[in-house]
Amino acid sequence: MLSKRVIVCLDVRDGRLTKGVRFSGNEDIGDPVESARRYYEEGADEIVFYDITASAERRGIFLDVVARVAREIFIPFSVGGGVASVADMRAVLLAGAEKVSINSAAVREPALIARGAEAFGSQAVVVGMDVLAVPPTEAIPSGYEIVVHGGRKRTGLDALAWARRCEALGAGELCINSIDADGTRDGYELKLTRAIADAVSIPVIASGGAGEPRHLLAAVTEGRASAALVASIVHFGQYSIRACKECLAAGGVRTRLTW
Amino acid sequence: MLAIVDYGAGNLTSVRRALEHCGIPSVVTAEPEKLLGASGVIFPGVGAAGQAMQALAAAGLEAPLREIVAAGRPFLGICLGCQILLERSEEGDVATLGLAPGVCRRFPPDMREEDGSPAPVPHMGWNRLELVRPSRLFAGIGPEAEFYFVHSYYVDTEPGLEIARTRYGREFCSVYGRDGFWAVQFHPEKSGRPGLRLLENFYAYCREAACSRNGS
Repeated sequence: MLSKRVIVCLDVRDGRLTKGVRFSGNEDIGDPVESARRYYEEGADEIVFYDITASAERRGIFLDVVARVAREIFIPFSVGGGVASVADMRAVLLAGAEKVSINSAAVREPALIARGAEAFGSQAVVVGMDVLAVPPTEAIPSGYEIVVHGGRKRTGLDALAWARRCEALGAGELCINSIDADGTRDGYELKLTRAIADAVSIPVIASGGAGEPRHLLAAVTEGRASAALVASIVHFGQYSIRACKECLAAGGVRTRLTW
Repeated sequence: MLAIVDYGAGNLTSVRRALEHCGIPSVVTAEPEKLLGASGVIFPGVGAAGQAMQALAAAGLEAPLREIVAAGRPFLGICLGCQILLERSEEGDVATLGLAPGVCRRFPPDMREEDGSPAPVPHMGWNRLELVRPSRLFAGIGPEAEFYFVHSYYVDTEPGLEIARTRYGREFCSVYGRDGFWAVQFHPEKSGRPGLRLLENFYAYCREAACSRNGS
């Protein structure tokens, strides 16, 4: 039986973490490679890097980070942010990532999902979805709308319909980020996560809202997610990966406890 | 020195990086002499069986691989490399290398996990092994260790060759072989410390085998 995964997300800008990461020793680390190594050693099942570098010419710095991370960690890791073409995907996979995450580029050009899956296999293509709760309408019957540009721009796409379309196009996994829950620390948007997990047969990653380990347990039980994404809950040194996983195990969920 | 077989089948560098991290010297090569001269050979692979067989044929590597295995040189197949050592694959219904008995089969649709939840294909993520036969490949690796899998087809080989089994929707053989000829369905290079330990165990065997060859 597969273990439920705890995935750590790191935001990178111009080759540095956007916020320092605190580990048990209390030092503040801004180096994405060193932080990735520490999370690898502390039991993360997977690591995601989001490149939020504004300028395209600094892209090389990020690819260099990816290549250096690949030499330090021996678990799968994925890369997202600014990936807009098959060439971009190839660049991050060649640099050493296992998976590439696409978000607004997939909304703009859904065929990109199919082309990526064809070129690299579905297992390498994660589609990230930013979702906003809206009053249900004829166009958005689920009451969940896909938004892009950090939630600033609505797309008119129903999140459930979009999730099914991504799966049909060949996405290997979906990362569901609730704009409403993001940053609240009140827990993942379970209703949304479950609605999408029930609508598709590919793994769903819950994202946005984790404030304590029991939220992860809810995401993989009530929310039926295969994995839970964490950021600030571990970055600020409040909880360890092990604490998150022990909470899953205590709730009867299979998770990886030795590494 | 270990040789990693280079036949254009994906993530060879991740295997090399893992070996590097363990301080194990390795070379990525398609040259038969280098493969034969190495103390052990790692045969990785990602992608489809048919394409991999074509790539091996195009690189002229089929005969050298047979020679390496026939000579009893230490050999480790990983993922697709583990699958195409068998006689046939249901993936595209192609004949494969036939260096081990058995067929690579597709997971049936609509599988369920033990708790009743859906078990979609590919089987992707961390899972455990149940050792059915002791193997020095797993020396120092506890029963609770988990390994990273990504695959849609599974190995169906002779029970006597099976070393470990894994449950995902059904039970399947996740490691098979005998001393010096091993095949693993998961990715040791992406399985954290237990995976690195497995690579170290393989290398330790390779060194011993090389010593006894030189000694005799």
